[in-house]
Amino acid sequence: MIEIKNIYKNFNSSKILKGLSLNIADGETKVIIGRSGCGKSVLLKHIMGVLRPESGEIIIDGKDIAKISSKELNKLRMRMAMVFQGGALFDSLTVGENVGFTLYEYSKLSAREIEHRVEESLSNVELCGIQKLLPSELSGGMKKRVAIARALCVNPEIILYDEPTTGVDPITADSINELIRSLHDKLKVTSIVVTHDMKSAYRIADKIAMLYHGKIIAEGSAEEIQRTNHPVVYQFINGLAQGPITETIDKCI
Amino acid sequence: MAKNIISFAHKVGAHIVYYIDYVGALTRLFFKTLYWIFIPPFKRQRILRQAFIIGVESLPIVSLVAFFIGVILALQTAYQMQKLSSEIYIANIVALSIVRELGPVITSLIVAGRCGAAITAELGTMKVTEQIDALETLAANPIKYLVVPRFLAFTFMVPVLTMYANLVGIVGGYLICVYRLGIRSSMYLNMTFDSLQIKDVTTGLFKTLIFGMIIAMVGCLEGMRTEGGAEGVGKATTLSVVTSFILIIAADCVFTAIFYFIFP
Repeated sequence: MIEIKNIYKNFNSSKILKGLSLNIADGETKVIIGRSGCGKSVLLKHIMGVLRPESGEIIIDGKDIAKISSKELNKLRMRMAMVFQGGALFDSLTVGENVGFTLYEYSKLSAREIEHRVEESLSNVELCGIQKLLPSELSGGMKKRVAIARALCVNPEIILYDEPTTGVDPITADSINELIRSLHDKLKVTSIVVTHDMKSAYRIADKIAMLYHGKIIAEGSAEEIQRTNHPVVYQFINGLAQGPITETIDKCI
Repeated sequence: MAKNIISFAHKVGAHIVYYIDYVGALTRLFFKTLYWIFIPPFKRQRILRQAFIIGVESLPIVSLVAFFIGVILALQTAYQMQKLSSEIYIANIVALSIVRELGPVITSLIVAGRCGAAITAELGTMKVTEQIDALETLAANPIKYLVVPRFLAFTFMVPVLTMYANLVGIVGGYLICVYRLGIRSSMYLNMTFDSLQIKDVTTGLFKTLIFGMIIAMVGCLEGMRTEGGAEGVGKATTLSVVTSFILIIAADCVFTAIFYFIFP
Protein backbone atom coordinates (compact mmCIF):
# COMPACT_ATOMS: atom_id res chain seq x y z
CA MET A 1 0.00 0.00 0.00
CA ILE A 2 1.33 3.43 -0.97
CA GLU A 3 -0.16 6.43 0.84
CA ILE A 4 0.73 9.93 -0.28
CA LYS A 5 -0.46 12.47 2.25
CA ASN A 6 -0.64 16.17 1.57
CA ILE A 7 2.76 16.66 -0.08
CA TYR A 8 4.16 20.01 -1.16
CA LYS A 9 7.13 20.57 -3.47
CA ASN A 10 8.63 23.80 -4.79
CA PHE A 11 11.38 24.34 -7.35
CA ASN A 12 12.75 27.85 -6.78
CA SER A 13 9.60 29.99 -6.84
CA SER A 14 7.41 27.47 -8.71
CA LYS A 15 5.01 25.49 -6.57
CA ILE A 16 4.73 22.11 -8.30
CA LEU A 17 2.87 19.95 -5.79
CA LYS A 18 0.38 21.74 -3.56
CA GLY A 19 -1.03 19.37 -0.97
CA LEU A 20 -1.27 16.28 -3.16
CA SER A 21 -2.83 13.18 -1.58
CA LEU A 22 -3.29 9.79 -3.23
CA ASN A 23 -3.57 6.13 -2.18
CA ILE A 24 -2.46 3.18 -4.28
CA ALA A 25 -3.60 -0.26 -3.15
CA ASP A 26 -1.44 -3.39 -3.47
CA GLY A 27 -1.71 -4.95 -6.92
CA GLU A 28 -3.52 -1.93 -8.33
CA THR A 29 -2.63 -0.17 -11.59
CA LYS A 30 -3.11 3.53 -11.01
CA VAL A 31 -2.79 5.86 -13.98
CA ILE A 32 -2.01 9.50 -13.28
CA ILE A 33 -3.00 11.87 -16.06
CA GLY A 34 -2.32 15.57 -16.41
CA ARG A 35 -0.81 18.20 -18.68
CA SER A 36 2.90 18.26 -19.43
CA GLY A 37 4.91 20.00 -16.73
CA CYS A 38 2.29 19.79 -14.01
CA GLY A 39 4.36 17.53 -11.74
CA LYS A 40 3.55 13.94 -12.71
CA SER A 41 7.20 12.87 -13.09
CA VAL A 42 8.07 14.84 -9.94
CA LEU A 43 5.47 12.78 -8.08
CA LEU A 44 7.04 9.50 -9.29
CA LYS A 45 10.51 10.69 -8.19
CA HIS A 46 9.04 11.42 -4.74
CA ILE A 47 7.66 7.89 -4.51
CA MET A 48 11.13 6.48 -5.41
CA GLY A 49 12.75 8.75 -2.80
CA VAL A 50 14.86 10.58 -5.41
CA LEU A 51 13.15 13.85 -4.44
CA ARG A 52 12.01 14.81 -0.95
CA PRO A 53 8.86 16.82 -0.33
CA GLU A 54 8.91 20.20 1.45
CA SER A 55 6.18 18.77 3.69
CA GLY A 56 3.79 15.84 3.75
CA GLU A 57 4.33 12.10 3.91
CA ILE A 58 4.88 9.26 1.44
CA ILE A 59 4.18 6.01 3.26
CA ILE A 60 5.08 2.70 1.64
CA ASP A 61 4.19 -0.41 3.64
CA GLY A 62 3.83 1.68 6.78
CA LYS A 63 7.17 3.52 6.45
CA ASP A 64 7.51 7.22 5.65
CA ILE A 65 10.27 7.19 3.03
CA ALA A 66 11.38 10.73 3.89
CA LYS A 67 12.19 9.58 7.43
CA ILE A 68 13.90 6.22 6.91
CA SER A 69 17.68 5.81 6.66
CA SER A 70 19.35 5.59 3.24
CA LYS A 71 20.05 1.89 3.92
CA GLU A 72 16.35 1.19 4.54
CA LEU A 73 15.43 3.30 1.52
CA ASN A 74 17.75 1.24 -0.68
CA LYS A 75 16.20 -1.96 0.70
CA LEU A 76 12.81 -0.60 -0.27
CA ARG A 77 14.11 0.41 -3.70
CA MET A 78 15.18 -3.20 -4.34
CA ARG A 79 11.46 -4.07 -4.26
CA MET A 80 10.56 -1.22 -6.60
CA ALA A 81 11.54 -0.18 -10.10
CA MET A 82 11.04 2.88 -12.26
CA VAL A 83 10.88 3.13 -16.02
CA PHE A 84 12.04 6.60 -17.06
CA GLN A 85 10.51 8.57 -19.91
CA GLY A 86 13.65 8.46 -22.10
CA GLY A 87 14.73 5.07 -20.77
CA ALA A 88 17.68 6.53 -18.79
CA LEU A 89 19.84 3.59 -19.86
CA PHE A 90 23.51 3.92 -18.90
CA ASP A 91 25.37 4.93 -22.08
CA SER A 92 28.66 3.33 -21.09
CA LEU A 93 27.13 -0.09 -20.36
CA THR A 94 25.81 -2.69 -22.80
CA VAL A 95 22.12 -3.64 -22.87
CA GLY A 96 22.91 -6.81 -20.88
CA GLU A 97 24.82 -4.84 -18.21
CA ASN A 98 22.01 -2.27 -18.05
CA VAL A 99 19.28 -4.87 -17.59
CA GLY A 100 21.25 -6.86 -15.01
CA PHE A 101 22.66 -3.75 -13.27
CA THR A 102 21.18 -4.34 -9.81
CA LEU A 103 21.95 -8.06 -9.91
CA TYR A 104 25.59 -7.46 -10.94
CA GLU A 105 25.94 -4.84 -8.20
CA TYR A 106 24.21 -6.43 -5.24
CA SER A 107 23.17 -10.04 -5.76
CA LYS A 108 25.25 -13.11 -5.00
CA LEU A 109 24.06 -14.84 -8.17
CA SER A 110 26.71 -16.19 -10.53
CA ALA A 111 27.38 -14.37 -13.81
CA ARG A 112 25.68 -17.26 -15.66
CA GLU A 113 22.52 -16.97 -13.55
CA ILE A 114 22.43 -13.21 -14.04
CA GLU A 115 22.83 -13.64 -17.80
CA HIS A 116 19.88 -16.05 -17.73
CA ARG A 117 17.75 -13.54 -15.79
CA VAL A 118 18.73 -10.79 -18.25
CA GLU A 119 17.75 -12.98 -21.19
CA GLU A 120 14.42 -13.80 -19.53
CA SER A 121 13.66 -10.12 -18.86
CA LEU A 122 14.53 -9.15 -22.43
CA SER A 123 12.35 -11.92 -23.85
CA ASN A 124 9.46 -10.60 -21.71
CA VAL A 125 9.66 -7.38 -23.73
CA GLU A 126 10.16 -9.27 -26.98
CA LEU A 127 13.81 -8.37 -27.40
CA CYS A 128 16.28 -11.20 -27.70
CA GLY A 129 19.96 -11.38 -28.53
CA ILE A 130 20.70 -7.68 -28.08
CA GLN A 131 22.66 -8.01 -24.82
CA LYS A 132 25.94 -6.95 -26.41
CA LEU A 133 24.57 -3.78 -28.06
CA LEU A 134 25.10 -0.32 -26.59
CA PRO A 135 22.08 1.94 -25.88
CA SER A 136 23.25 4.29 -28.67
CA GLU A 137 22.62 1.47 -31.15
CA LEU A 138 18.94 1.10 -30.18
CA SER A 139 15.84 2.85 -31.51
CA GLY A 140 13.63 4.91 -29.16
CA GLY A 141 11.08 2.12 -28.80
CA MET A 142 13.78 -0.47 -28.09
CA LYS A 143 15.32 1.77 -25.44
CA LYS A 144 11.95 2.01 -23.73
CA ARG A 145 11.49 -1.75 -23.78
CA VAL A 146 15.04 -2.34 -22.49
CA ALA A 147 14.22 0.09 -19.66
CA ILE A 148 11.15 -2.02 -18.85
CA ALA A 149 13.31 -5.17 -18.98
CA ARG A 150 15.73 -3.53 -16.50
CA ALA A 151 12.79 -2.86 -14.21
CA LEU A 152 11.50 -6.45 -14.52
CA CYS A 153 14.90 -8.03 -13.90
CA VAL A 154 14.70 -7.51 -10.12
CA ASN A 155 11.16 -8.99 -9.88
CA PRO A 156 9.76 -5.80 -8.33
CA GLU A 157 6.53 -5.57 -6.35
CA ILE A 158 5.98 -1.97 -7.43
CA ILE A 159 6.76 -0.50 -10.87
CA LEU A 160 6.52 3.19 -11.73
CA TYR A 161 6.24 4.08 -15.41
CA ASP A 162 6.93 7.60 -16.67
CA GLU A 163 5.15 8.05 -20.01
CA PRO A 164 5.76 4.46 -21.17
CA THR A 165 4.03 4.86 -24.55
CA THR A 166 5.22 8.35 -25.49
CA GLY A 167 7.41 8.50 -28.60
CA VAL A 168 6.85 4.90 -29.74
CA ASP A 169 4.82 3.61 -32.69
CA PRO A 170 1.21 2.49 -32.03
CA ILE A 171 2.08 -1.21 -32.26
CA THR A 172 4.93 -0.92 -29.74
CA ALA A 173 2.67 1.25 -27.56
CA ASP A 174 0.03 -1.46 -27.57
CA SER A 175 2.55 -4.18 -26.73
CA ILE A 176 3.79 -2.05 -23.79
CA ASN A 177 0.18 -1.64 -22.62
CA GLU A 178 -0.33 -5.39 -22.90
CA LEU A 179 2.85 -6.03 -20.92
CA ILE A 180 1.79 -3.68 -18.11
CA ARG A 181 -1.62 -5.39 -18.04
CA SER A 182 -0.13 -8.89 -17.98
CA LEU A 183 2.27 -7.98 -15.13
CA HIS A 184 -0.78 -6.80 -13.21
CA ASP A 185 -2.82 -9.92 -13.96
CA LYS A 186 -0.13 -12.58 -13.56
CA LEU A 187 2.26 -11.21 -10.94
CA LYS A 188 -0.06 -8.79 -9.10
CA VAL A 189 2.53 -6.03 -9.48
CA THR A 190 1.47 -2.62 -8.17
CA SER A 191 1.87 -0.14 -11.02
CA ILE A 192 1.77 3.63 -11.14
CA VAL A 193 1.69 4.92 -14.68
CA VAL A 194 2.09 8.57 -15.60
CA THR A 195 0.77 9.34 -19.05
CA HIS A 196 -1.25 11.69 -21.22
CA ASP A 197 -2.01 8.95 -23.72
CA MET A 198 -5.70 8.44 -22.90
CA LYS A 199 -6.01 5.32 -25.05
CA SER A 200 -3.27 3.71 -23.00
CA ALA A 201 -4.80 4.98 -19.75
CA TYR A 202 -8.19 3.40 -20.47
CA ARG A 203 -6.54 0.14 -21.51
CA ILE A 204 -4.37 -0.46 -18.45
CA ALA A 205 -5.91 1.44 -15.53
CA ASP A 206 -7.75 0.03 -12.55
CA LYS A 207 -8.10 3.63 -11.41
CA ILE A 208 -7.29 6.94 -13.11
CA ALA A 209 -6.37 10.06 -11.15
CA MET A 210 -6.03 13.52 -12.67
CA LEU A 211 -3.29 15.86 -11.45
CA TYR A 212 -4.04 19.54 -11.92
CA HIS A 213 -2.52 22.58 -10.19
CA GLY A 214 -0.47 20.34 -7.90
CA LYS A 215 -3.41 18.34 -6.58
CA ILE A 216 -5.46 15.30 -7.53
CA ILE A 217 -8.76 16.78 -8.69
CA ALA A 218 -10.56 13.61 -9.78
CA GLU A 219 -10.17 9.88 -9.32
CA GLY A 220 -12.13 6.89 -10.54
CA SER A 221 -12.27 3.88 -12.81
CA ALA A 222 -11.79 4.35 -16.56
CA GLU A 223 -15.59 4.31 -17.05
CA GLU A 224 -16.16 6.84 -14.28
CA ILE A 225 -13.53 9.18 -15.70
CA GLN A 226 -15.01 8.86 -19.20
CA ARG A 227 -18.45 9.81 -17.82
CA THR A 228 -17.11 12.73 -15.78
CA ASN A 229 -18.93 16.04 -15.38
CA HIS A 230 -15.78 17.78 -14.09
CA PRO A 231 -15.06 20.48 -16.72
CA VAL A 232 -11.24 20.28 -16.34
CA VAL A 233 -11.17 16.48 -16.61
CA TYR A 234 -13.66 16.57 -19.48
CA GLN A 235 -11.50 19.02 -21.45
CA PHE A 236 -8.33 17.02 -20.82
CA ILE A 237 -9.59 13.53 -21.65
CA ASN A 238 -11.32 14.76 -24.79
CA GLY A 239 -8.31 16.86 -25.85
CA LEU A 240 -10.30 20.06 -26.34
CA ALA A 241 -8.46 23.30 -27.13
CA GLN A 242 -11.20 25.38 -25.44
CA GLY A 243 -12.09 24.91 -21.80
CA PRO A 244 -11.19 25.79 -18.22
CA ILE A 245 -7.58 24.51 -18.48
CA THR A 246 -6.66 26.83 -21.35
CA GLU A 247 -8.72 29.71 -20.03
CA THR A 248 -7.10 29.83 -16.62
CA ILE A 249 -4.35 32.38 -16.07
CA ASP A 250 -2.79 30.48 -13.20
CA LYS A 251 -0.73 27.85 -15.00
CA CYS A 252 0.69 24.61 -13.70
CA ILE A 253 4.23 25.91 -13.68
CA MET B 1 22.01 57.10 -7.10
CA ALA B 2 20.83 55.24 -3.98
CA LYS B 3 19.10 52.72 -6.23
CA ASN B 4 22.35 52.09 -8.13
CA ILE B 5 24.27 51.55 -4.89
CA ILE B 6 21.64 49.10 -3.64
CA SER B 7 21.65 47.28 -6.98
CA PHE B 8 25.46 47.08 -6.93
CA ALA B 9 25.48 45.84 -3.32
CA HIS B 10 22.83 43.28 -4.28
CA LYS B 11 24.97 41.96 -7.14
CA VAL B 12 28.11 41.80 -4.99
CA GLY B 13 26.15 40.05 -2.23
CA ALA B 14 24.69 37.53 -4.69
CA HIS B 15 28.20 36.73 -5.98
CA ILE B 16 29.55 36.27 -2.45
CA VAL B 17 26.64 33.97 -1.56
CA TYR B 18 27.23 31.99 -4.78
CA TYR B 19 30.92 31.46 -4.01
CA ILE B 20 30.26 30.50 -0.38
CA ASP B 21 27.59 28.06 -1.58
CA TYR B 22 30.02 26.65 -4.17
CA VAL B 23 32.81 26.11 -1.64
CA GLY B 24 30.25 24.52 0.70
CA ALA B 25 29.03 22.15 -2.03
CA LEU B 26 32.61 21.25 -2.96
CA THR B 27 33.52 20.54 0.67
CA ARG B 28 30.36 18.49 1.21
CA LEU B 29 31.06 16.42 -1.89
CA PHE B 30 34.68 15.91 -0.76
CA PHE B 31 33.69 14.52 2.65
CA LYS B 32 30.89 12.39 1.19
CA THR B 33 33.41 10.96 -1.29
CA LEU B 34 35.87 10.17 1.54
CA TYR B 35 33.03 8.41 3.40
CA TRP B 36 31.93 6.33 0.38
CA ILE B 37 35.50 5.22 -0.39
CA PHE B 38 35.29 2.90 2.61
CA ILE B 39 31.75 1.55 2.03
CA PRO B 40 31.47 -1.76 0.11
CA PRO B 41 31.09 -3.03 -2.57
CA PHE B 42 34.61 -2.27 -3.82
CA LYS B 43 34.89 -2.51 -7.60
CA ARG B 44 38.56 -2.22 -8.57
CA GLN B 45 37.73 -2.50 -12.26
CA ARG B 46 35.88 0.83 -12.24
CA ILE B 47 38.90 2.66 -10.74
CA LEU B 48 41.31 1.03 -13.19
CA ARG B 49 39.13 2.04 -16.14
CA GLN B 50 39.18 5.68 -15.01
CA ALA B 51 42.93 5.48 -14.27
CA PHE B 52 43.49 4.24 -17.81
CA ILE B 53 41.48 7.13 -19.30
CA ILE B 54 43.19 9.75 -17.13
CA GLY B 55 46.70 8.30 -17.14
CA VAL B 56 47.45 6.20 -20.20
CA GLU B 57 45.30 8.16 -22.64
CA SER B 58 46.86 11.46 -21.47
CA LEU B 59 50.42 10.26 -22.13
CA PRO B 60 50.76 11.61 -25.71
CA ILE B 61 49.67 15.18 -24.89
CA VAL B 62 51.60 15.25 -21.60
CA SER B 63 54.74 13.96 -23.40
CA LEU B 64 54.44 16.56 -26.13
CA VAL B 65 53.85 19.53 -23.84
CA ALA B 66 56.44 18.48 -21.24
CA PHE B 67 59.07 17.95 -23.95
CA PHE B 68 58.45 21.38 -25.48
CA ILE B 69 58.47 23.03 -22.06
CA GLY B 70 61.89 21.45 -21.38
CA VAL B 71 63.20 22.65 -24.74
CA ILE B 72 61.79 26.18 -24.35
CA LEU B 73 63.04 26.47 -20.79
CA ALA B 74 66.56 25.41 -21.81
CA LEU B 75 66.61 27.91 -24.71
CA GLN B 76 65.23 30.80 -22.67
CA THR B 77 67.65 30.10 -19.82
CA ALA B 78 70.55 29.82 -22.29
CA TYR B 79 69.65 33.28 -23.64
CA GLN B 80 70.37 34.79 -20.22
CA MET B 81 73.13 32.45 -19.09
CA GLN B 82 75.24 32.97 -22.22
CA LYS B 83 75.46 36.66 -21.30
CA LEU B 84 76.97 35.62 -17.95
CA SER B 85 79.00 32.76 -19.45
CA SER B 86 77.25 30.43 -17.02
CA GLU B 87 75.66 27.94 -19.44
CA ILE B 88 76.54 25.11 -17.10
CA TYR B 89 73.76 26.25 -14.70
CA ILE B 90 71.09 25.74 -17.34
CA ALA B 91 70.78 22.11 -16.17
CA ASN B 92 70.06 23.20 -12.58
CA ILE B 93 67.49 25.77 -13.59
CA VAL B 94 65.71 23.45 -16.01
CA ALA B 95 65.57 20.58 -13.49
CA LEU B 96 64.44 22.69 -10.54
CA SER B 97 61.87 24.70 -12.54
CA ILE B 98 60.35 21.58 -14.01
CA VAL B 99 60.33 19.38 -10.92
CA ARG B 100 59.23 22.04 -8.42
CA GLU B 101 56.80 24.05 -10.52
CA LEU B 102 56.23 23.55 -14.22
CA GLY B 103 55.86 19.76 -14.24
CA PRO B 104 53.15 19.66 -11.54
CA VAL B 105 51.24 22.72 -12.77
CA ILE B 106 51.38 22.04 -16.51
CA THR B 107 50.43 18.37 -16.04
CA SER B 108 47.52 19.30 -13.77
CA LEU B 109 46.27 21.95 -16.21
CA ILE B 110 46.46 19.46 -19.10
CA VAL B 111 44.56 16.84 -17.09
CA ALA B 112 41.97 19.43 -15.98
CA GLY B 113 41.43 20.53 -19.58
CA ARG B 114 41.37 17.06 -21.03
CA CYS B 115 39.87 14.78 -18.37
CA GLY B 116 38.17 17.23 -15.96
CA ALA B 117 36.12 18.59 -18.86
CA ALA B 118 35.35 15.06 -20.04
CA ILE B 119 33.98 13.90 -16.67
CA THR B 120 31.83 17.02 -16.35
CA ALA B 121 30.43 16.44 -19.83
CA GLU B 122 29.83 12.74 -19.08
CA LEU B 123 28.19 13.25 -15.68
CA GLY B 124 26.32 16.32 -16.96
CA THR B 125 24.82 14.30 -19.81
CA MET B 126 23.93 11.55 -17.34
CA LYS B 127 22.22 14.15 -15.16
CA VAL B 128 20.12 15.73 -17.91
CA THR B 129 19.11 12.34 -19.33
CA GLU B 130 18.00 11.16 -15.85
CA GLN B 131 20.70 8.46 -15.68
CA ILE B 132 21.82 9.71 -12.26
CA ASP B 133 18.22 9.53 -11.00
CA ALA B 134 18.03 6.03 -12.50
CA LEU B 135 21.14 5.03 -10.53
CA GLU B 136 19.44 6.10 -7.32
CA THR B 137 16.27 4.19 -8.14
CA LEU B 138 18.44 1.10 -8.72
CA ALA B 139 19.73 1.48 -5.14
CA ALA B 140 23.20 2.58 -6.30
CA ASN B 141 24.62 5.69 -4.66
CA PRO B 142 25.79 8.10 -7.41
CA ILE B 143 28.76 9.26 -5.31
CA LYS B 144 29.91 5.69 -4.71
CA TYR B 145 29.33 4.65 -8.29
CA LEU B 146 30.45 7.75 -10.21
CA VAL B 147 32.53 10.04 -8.01
CA VAL B 148 34.67 7.65 -5.94
CA PRO B 149 36.38 5.85 -8.89
CA ARG B 150 37.13 9.17 -10.59
CA PHE B 151 38.39 10.76 -7.36
CA LEU B 152 40.78 7.87 -6.64
CA ALA B 153 41.95 7.70 -10.26
CA PHE B 154 42.70 11.45 -10.44
CA THR B 155 44.39 11.50 -7.03
CA PHE B 156 46.66 8.63 -8.01
CA MET B 157 47.27 9.33 -11.69
CA VAL B 158 48.07 13.08 -11.62
CA PRO B 159 51.24 12.52 -9.49
CA VAL B 160 52.23 9.56 -11.71
CA LEU B 161 51.78 11.64 -14.86
CA THR B 162 53.73 14.48 -13.23
CA MET B 163 56.70 12.22 -12.53
CA TYR B 164 56.62 11.18 -16.17
CA ALA B 165 56.31 14.82 -17.34
CA ASN B 166 59.27 15.80 -15.14
CA LEU B 167 61.39 13.16 -16.81
CA VAL B 168 60.33 14.10 -20.35
CA GLY B 169 60.87 17.82 -19.62
CA ILE B 170 64.40 17.16 -18.36
CA VAL B 171 65.09 15.07 -21.47
CA GLY B 172 63.92 18.03 -23.62
CA GLY B 173 66.34 20.36 -21.83
CA TYR B 174 69.11 17.75 -22.09
CA LEU B 175 68.75 17.42 -25.87
CA ILE B 176 69.00 21.18 -26.42
CA CYS B 177 71.94 21.63 -24.05
CA VAL B 178 73.93 18.63 -25.26
CA TYR B 179 73.24 18.76 -29.00
CA ARG B 180 72.81 22.52 -29.58
CA LEU B 181 74.70 24.31 -26.84
CA GLY B 182 77.61 21.87 -26.64
CA ILE B 183 77.40 21.00 -22.93
CA ARG B 184 78.87 17.59 -22.15
CA SER B 185 76.26 14.91 -21.48
CA SER B 186 77.83 13.66 -18.24
CA MET B 187 78.17 17.20 -16.93
CA TYR B 188 74.53 18.01 -17.70
CA LEU B 189 73.33 14.87 -15.93
CA ASN B 190 75.60 15.49 -12.92
CA MET B 191 74.40 19.08 -12.60
CA THR B 192 70.80 17.97 -12.89
CA PHE B 193 70.96 15.27 -10.23
CA ASP B 194 73.16 17.34 -7.91
CA SER B 195 70.73 20.22 -7.95
CA LEU B 196 67.68 18.10 -7.22
CA GLN B 197 66.91 17.11 -3.65
CA ILE B 198 64.30 14.61 -2.50
CA LYS B 199 62.34 17.54 -1.04
CA ASP B 200 62.04 19.19 -4.47
CA VAL B 201 60.47 16.08 -5.93
CA THR B 202 58.17 15.36 -2.97
CA THR B 203 56.83 18.92 -2.64
CA GLY B 204 56.05 18.92 -6.37
CA LEU B 205 54.27 15.58 -6.12
CA PHE B 206 52.39 16.57 -2.95
CA LYS B 207 50.95 19.53 -4.81
CA THR B 208 49.77 17.29 -7.65
CA LEU B 209 47.97 15.05 -5.17
CA ILE B 210 45.91 18.08 -4.13
CA PHE B 211 45.51 19.24 -7.76
CA GLY B 212 44.19 15.79 -8.69
CA MET B 213 41.60 16.01 -5.92
CA ILE B 214 40.61 19.51 -7.06
CA ILE B 215 40.10 18.40 -10.69
CA ALA B 216 38.04 15.37 -9.63
CA MET B 217 35.85 17.29 -7.19
CA VAL B 218 35.20 20.26 -9.48
CA GLY B 219 34.58 18.02 -12.50
CA CYS B 220 32.14 15.77 -10.64
CA LEU B 221 30.35 18.62 -8.83
CA GLU B 222 29.79 20.59 -12.02
CA GLY B 223 28.59 17.44 -13.78
CA MET B 224 26.15 16.50 -11.04
CA ARG B 225 24.78 20.06 -10.82
CA THR B 226 24.17 20.33 -14.56
CA GLU B 227 20.74 21.51 -15.61
CA GLY B 228 19.07 22.41 -18.87
CA GLY B 229 20.00 19.97 -21.63
CA ALA B 230 22.86 20.29 -24.12
CA GLU B 231 23.38 23.99 -23.41
CA GLY B 232 23.64 23.23 -19.69
CA VAL B 233 26.25 20.53 -20.34
CA GLY B 234 28.32 23.00 -22.40
CA LYS B 235 28.14 25.65 -19.69
CA ALA B 236 29.00 23.17 -16.93
CA THR B 237 32.01 21.90 -18.89
CA THR B 238 33.37 25.41 -19.44
CA LEU B 239 32.79 26.30 -15.80
CA SER B 240 34.49 23.10 -14.69
CA VAL B 241 37.68 23.84 -16.66
CA VAL B 242 37.80 27.51 -15.63
CA THR B 243 37.18 26.71 -11.95
CA SER B 244 39.77 23.90 -11.94
CA PHE B 245 42.38 26.20 -13.53
CA ILE B 246 41.75 28.97 -11.00
CA LEU B 247 41.77 26.60 -8.01
CA ILE B 248 44.92 24.81 -9.22
CA ILE B 249 46.83 28.10 -9.63
CA ALA B 250 45.52 29.43 -6.30
CA ALA B 251 46.41 26.18 -4.50
CA ASP B 252 49.84 26.21 -6.16
CA CYS B 253 50.45 29.74 -4.89
CA VAL B 254 49.39 28.78 -1.35
CA PHE B 255 51.51 25.60 -1.24
CA THR B 256 54.57 27.27 -2.81
CA ALA B 257 54.35 30.00 -0.16
CA ILE B 258 53.95 27.40 2.60
CA PHE B 259 56.95 25.39 1.36
CA TYR B 260 59.02 28.54 0.97
CA PHE B 261 58.22 30.27 4.27
CA ILE B 262 57.27 27.46 6.67
CA PHE B 263 59.23 24.44 5.37
CA PRO B 264 62.15 26.10 3.54
